[in-house]
Amino acid sequence: MSNCNTAFIYTEAFKDYKFSDDHPFNQIRVSATKDLLEYEKALPASNIIFPKQASESLISGIHTKNYIEAVKRADQSDTPISEYYKYGLGTEDTPIFRGMYEASATLVGGTIEAVNQVLNHHYPHALNLGGGLHHGFPEKASGFCIFNDAAIAIKYIRENYNLRVLYVDTDAHHGDGVQASFYDDPNVCTVSFHETGRYLYPGTGNTNERGVKKGFGYTFNFPLDAFTEDESFLSIFKTSMDEIMDYFRPDIIISQHGVDAHYLDPLTHLHATMNIFEEIPKHIHALSHQYCEGKWIALGGGGYDIWRVVPRAWSQLYKIMQDSTPFTGNLSSEWQKKWQSHANVVLPTTWEDDLAHYKKIPRTVEITEKNQRMVEQTLQFIRNLSI
Amino acid sequence: MFVKDMMKTEVITLQAEAKISEAYQLLQENHIRHIPIIDNNKQVIGIISDRDVRDASPSILDEVYNEEALSFPVSSIMTTPVTTIHPYDYVEEIAAIFYDREFACLPVVKNNILVGIITEKDMLYTLIQLTGTHVPSSQIEIKVPDRIGVLADVSAFFKRRKIKVASVLIYPYLEDSNYKILVFRIQTMNPMNIMDDFKDSEFEIVSPSLENPHE
Repeated sequence: MSNCNTAFIYTEAFKDYKFSDDHPFNQIRVSATKDLLEYEKALPASNIIFPKQASESLISGIHTKNYIEAVKRADQSDTPISEYYKYGLGTEDTPIFRGMYEASATLVGGTIEAVNQVLNHHYPHALNLGGGLHHGFPEKASGFCIFNDAAIAIKYIRENYNLRVLYVDTDAHHGDGVQASFYDDPNVCTVSFHETGRYLYPGTGNTNERGVKKGFGYTFNFPLDAFTEDESFLSIFKTSMDEIMDYFRPDIIISQHGVDAHYLDPLTHLHATMNIFEEIPKHIHALSHQYCEGKWIALGGGGYDIWRVVPRAWSQLYKIMQDSTPFTGNLSSEWQKKWQSHANVVLPTTWEDDLAHYKKIPRTVEITEKNQRMVEQTLQFIRNLSI
Repeated sequence: MFVKDMMKTEVITLQAEAKISEAYQLLQENHIRHIPIIDNNKQVIGIISDRDVRDASPSILDEVYNEEALSFPVSSIMTTPVTTIHPYDYVEEIAAIFYDREFACLPVVKNNILVGIITEKDMLYTLIQLTGTHVPSSQIEIKVPDRIGVLADVSAFFKRRKIKVASVLIYPYLEDSNYKILVFRIQTMNPMNIMDDFKDSEFEIVSPSLENPHE
């Protein structure tokens, strides 16, 4: 894998996508990650690309005019807030905030910029940690997501480059918005690994969701049992990705890297460690070279332990995109010094987890077995084809 | 939920004199398992199932395959009288009939005329609709004392947080009849705040938890 130079899409304006001080979705994680990479001297200044706000015509590739108008108006008009509920705005999850439209359009712009960097052959890979807002629906905000940058970018690729796109999502929540956008499209294969919807939002992502019409057989869902640990997660991820890549043979990969499957994450019940956030990018990296001449765009996503988990996990992602070799050992002490005052928890000192708060799962064997049965259901479709 | 909102209104039927072979063909072509037998006034006079037809068919193991039986009229094998249901009956009644009587299909009859049909599969679909996910939401299960107003009290927590409730189910708490389990699907990705609110209340969140009680 020679020359894996990776564009790092970044603007301070990512931080403007902020619902409130105590809302779990907080883009300061992206700044803390960039800073960590810089302290580790792993982010060349020339690789940092400044994105523009996405145009309304790009956004309307996925979202309806009424919804876009509502997002634009919400922070300024005197319309009662109840008028916005039908768009999912003004709720506990996606409260209205000043500059909401501009902030949301900037995240989309970041993902479009990542696509352009790769498809104009400036970089083989590109990373936009500000993006990955996979719950956005055409006419509804959902799960902290206003505009669905991943879906908009895939639409943009389909319309301008006619490439076959594989979307893979390892956020602990099901990638419902992206799946729904391409549910009938045989040229976009969406793959989501997530905690089962038994308890966790959004509740969808069952094995029997496989796409409709011409898109049937181009949607794959891997709903993992609550409290799934590294070993089961990774064995399922690797086996499934290998089989799906061989089946679909895409031209380009878009990956969503929510890191809320970590055991410290407060919103989910998956029980993974930092190990999976090294192994997932490594595997996608190898597949992108094997099948797509390296064309790979990676996005951020969920991740609600913004101090102990996200900066490390996302720095590893960039590092692995660059040279396939994760950081090990101690974290930059200057970084810790700088950011400790912002954090309400003690920052980690090593790249590996100390496992201090890791709970032993009493049901590992049963969980692993249930996951295995789930995988067989989902992959049955491909396996039957090759008999 | 009313039967009329769950039933299929396009019903495939036969008259009494139709041959068993016709019934066989209809069952195969339409992937169905029951055919009501009606008279000229659309009154239901019998019903046949795929099992009735199979019982009447010659065995594939017979040395001489005798198809004569298939030319008999369906009236010779139909079940009669037929248990039917009214469009304004309720889903619970269908479930009770299916469970008690051990069959899986009911013709829907109004003023003695066939207006629809409902099968076990339609009933299960309704159940999935009632318990499933139609909007992005999280699920929590809460153990509450079984007393007047408890549902309203718990609901007030969601209202205060401006969280919409997508569905509610109430189960008995098996270990202690003084309690009930309330299962809520709520439209939020962040149940942390609401879970915190419940911590200081008399209501106990029982799922999701590390020690999964559903094992």
